[in-house]
Amino acid sequence: MTASKEKKLYVKKDWCKGCNICVAFCPMNTLELKDGKINIKDIESCTQCGRCELLCPDYAIYLGGTEDGKK
Amino acid sequence: MTSTLVENHFRIGKLPHIWCPGCGHGIIMRSIAVAIDELGYDKNDVCVVSGIGCSSRAPGYMDFNTLHTLHGRALAYATGVKMANPDLKVIVITGDGDCAAIGGNHLIHASRRNIDITTVVFNNNIYGMTGGQYSPTTPTGEKGTTAPFGNIDRNFDLCNLAKGAGATYVARSTAYHANMVKQQVKAALENKGFSFVEAVSICPTYYGRKNKKGDAVSMMEYLKNSTVNVKAADKLPKEKLEGKFLVGEFYKSEEPEYTEEYKKIIDSFQKER
Ligand SMILES: Cc1ncc(C[n+]2csc(CCOP(=O)(O)OP(=O)(O)O)c2C)c(N)n1
Ligand code: SF4
Ligand code: SF4
Ligand code: SF4
Repeated sequence: MTASKEKKLYVKKDWCKGCNICVAFCPMNTLELKDGKINIKDIESCTQCGRCELLCPDYAIYLGGTEDGKK
Repeated sequence: MTSTLVENHFRIGKLPHIWCPGCGHGIIMRSIAVAIDELGYDKNDVCVVSGIGCSSRAPGYMDFNTLHTLHGRALAYATGVKMANPDLKVIVITGDGDCAAIGGNHLIHASRRNIDITTVVFNNNIYGMTGGQYSPTTPTGEKGTTAPFGNIDRNFDLCNLAKGAGATYVARSTAYHANMVKQQVKAALENKGFSFVEAVSICPTYYGRKNKKGDAVSMMEYLKNSTVNVKAADKLPKEKLEGKFLVGEFYKSEEPEYTEEYKKIIDSFQKER
């Protein structure tokens, strides 16, 4: 399932301030805070809606190109 | 590594920004960058100007021509920039204190002149940077360090103020409605004249704590649940609008633009010679 997705969800822990906004507003309950920083709890559930990226005040989570860089 | 948007439009070396955890300013700043990106403007054609305040720190992070000026005076500097180089897309980023308290006079006159500047006010209803003093947009009855028993002033409706003073594009959105901020900033930048976008922000550190509004998530929930789009408002019964505030585009009109009028005068003399 993950392979068919166009983009990849990245987190940048060193920019995360642990505000919990992305966790609270992710419609799929994909995210959590771990030791006060953003953590992807269940990547399979992510629909790549982009809401976390839109609402993160610190640009610490985003959808980017796939790992192999083909897309 | 960071997103292409952030890489292309921000000064990565200055990030993460200094704003508190959950401060809404970061969300709004990103929406402005997306708006510029989607309009396809050349970075060198954009100038972002601010005054002083947490909100006014934004241009320090944004990779365009930028000016961080004096408290309340962003519009005065921006007017100078626009008069000197009318081809620049000039954006003012300001706070409710910066824009409506110390800078209120500049706001009404920039609106009146209809000079082609897009102003985005990050309205968090308080002076964040200096520790939570009440501002002209702190709702009546709410608290600040300078209103420990509740604010007795009536608060400004900034959009009504800008419209009344002559702005030709007026809209409101919130940090929760980040895509709406983007759309309004795009429309504002495309409007030839003075455009005013009020982006309601959240300040969990001062406004939130002083007024027991909960954490950043609760404050975002409030923005989500307490807004009604102006398009829907007319059809709703009065009780459905109680405790809510309106978002959306409030006003748009075409009026002579200041730098164009000025150029006409210059041109008339050049023709004479
Ligand atoms: C002439 C002058 N007066 C007062 C100050 C102190 N001061 C700095 S920021 C600020 C208020 C900022 O509030 P706002 O514009 O709402 O921005 P926020 O920090 O809430 O984003 C004040 C009063 C100053 N720097 N200069
Ligand atoms: S992209 Fe959407 S579904 Fe995926 S983590 Fe972000 S908010 Fe959740
Ligand atoms: S919204 Fe951003 S800063 Fe806040 S917890 Fe999520 S990743 Fe971290
Ligand atoms: S004091 Fe308030 S406005 Fe300033 S950075 Fe902190 S949360 Fe944001």
